[in-house]
Amino acid sequence: MNALDIKSLKKTYTNGTNALKGINLQVAQGDFFGLLGPNGAGKSTIIGIVSSLIRKTSGSVKIFNTDIDENFPLAKSFIGITPQEINFNQFETVEDIVLNQAGFYGMPKNLAKERLNELLKKLRLEDKRKEVSRNLSGGMKRRLMIARALVHKPRLLLLDEPTAGVDIEIRHSIWSFLEELNNHGTTIILTTHNLEEVEILCKNIGIINSGLLIEDTSLRGLLSQLDSESYILDLENEVTESQIADFPELKTIDKHQIEININKKDKSLNTLFLKLSDKGIAIRSMRNKNNRLEKLFLDLVSPT
Amino acid sequence: MKELYRSWLISFYTIFSKELKRFLRIWLQTLFPPAITMALYFVIFGGVIGSRVGSMEGHDYVSYIAPGIIMMSIITNSYNNVVSSFFGAKFQRHIEEMLVSPTPNGVILAGYVCGGICRGALVGMIVTAVASCFTNIDIQHIGIAITVVLLTAALFAICGFINAIFAKKFDDISVIPTFVLAPLTYLGGIFYSVNLLPPFWKDLSHINPILYMVNALRYSFIGVSDVNIYFSIGMMVISIIVLFFICLICMHKSVGLRS
Repeated sequence: MNALDIKSLKKTYTNGTNALKGINLQVAQGDFFGLLGPNGAGKSTIIGIVSSLIRKTSGSVKIFNTDIDENFPLAKSFIGITPQEINFNQFETVEDIVLNQAGFYGMPKNLAKERLNELLKKLRLEDKRKEVSRNLSGGMKRRLMIARALVHKPRLLLLDEPTAGVDIEIRHSIWSFLEELNNHGTTIILTTHNLEEVEILCKNIGIINSGLLIEDTSLRGLLSQLDSESYILDLENEVTESQIADFPELKTIDKHQIEININKKDKSLNTLFLKLSDKGIAIRSMRNKNNRLEKLFLDLVSPT
Repeated sequence: MKELYRSWLISFYTIFSKELKRFLRIWLQTLFPPAITMALYFVIFGGVIGSRVGSMEGHDYVSYIAPGIIMMSIITNSYNNVVSSFFGAKFQRHIEEMLVSPTPNGVILAGYVCGGICRGALVGMIVTAVASCFTNIDIQHIGIAITVVLLTAALFAICGFINAIFAKKFDDISVIPTFVLAPLTYLGGIFYSVNLLPPFWKDLSHINPILYMVNALRYSFIGVSDVNIYFSIGMMVISIIVLFFICLICMHKSVGLRS
């Protein structure tokens, strides 16, 4: 069963902007789906339509086989959403925000309290439960929005930039939490500009540009489109120009670092490393020069 | 079906209790000012000016104006509670918490309106307590008084909701109270009987809906009214039903709520 089934979805805003020009998108149950695209591509419009905050112009949206035009309340009950912008009442406490959200979903108070305790513990907000939300740090506000979105145990979680403005430690803890959630069966749709986040978390990816879905594939499938990759090699010893003269694909950055641009069709890393070893060049470590998805993404969305 | 209604009841209670908590938390802005303002009205119009006015329709002036002043505070507070709370939720975008949930529009509306009724009624009680310091408050028809207070508060809470739906900026939520509600209230026979007016102004006053509410409450307090109170109550009930459905239609069409 698909968690989300979108067909011919169009949205034209009252100012005439064609935000979506006929999107078809299926997200399977249990998937961790990354929805990417440049600013203004239509990602948030899709999230908005699915969560009922934006009205579609035409097309159909089904959430776990429930058409939003036929039974939106039931469809809504399957969804949890973490929007891009902070949108809770800044004067309410952490506890009240989460409990009120449970109330809007018709959860009895005792169940809501149990769920609140569980979520605040997992998201490390336990000691902030009585804190007024405007006093929370940026990272805590993001985690609070995730707790709020999950209080009614949604089957589909929509995350719009969930780690924007969050420090590295918190970001990693949010990633672990989301991975665990997905492993337990929650379907997650993530929109983000952080391609590292996508590469770590997502199984499948859709790229949207100017209101059209231009790519809908698995992460592996997308990465296989890469013809070449650039790496930075950290060397054990100093390298001389004569040692790398025979390697046109190598460029020295400094005496202990070289950059290689390897065409995946022509050469494998193994072959290159063997040749470097023959020249007495020992490699201590290696890293991608850029995020692998970044080049692909830019190639796909840049105007031709 | 029973489960569904139970879930709606929980949603309603959540919105209603959220509203109660909100205006009780900021009581210095919501409950205290009306008590001070209305006390000043009683001092000035009752004590200072009222002693020179003498009696009105056979009652001393303070007793005559007390129901009108109470009604004025109920109208203002029930309206302001909903308009500021709902527009605030739109402005801060936490209205989205409700919109993404399965809570039906009618339950959202009912929750906000009941919050407005509670504030209106509570302020009405506070002002009545203040009034009792200046005159002998002896409510002759308690049932009618309660009915009129609740219906008026409900009516203006719904009006506040409609204002909040259409408001796009903070200016929009002060236009109606300043330029429509205040003049209608002051010209609604709070401080005088419309029978004292020249025929043209008297007839014109009868198209002011607040005149009927003030007089209905005055009748319940001192047994005097310029209008038929059953007509007043009937009109309020009809207005509430019509405006409630207008609100629901606006919400269904997502006016001011969704893009």
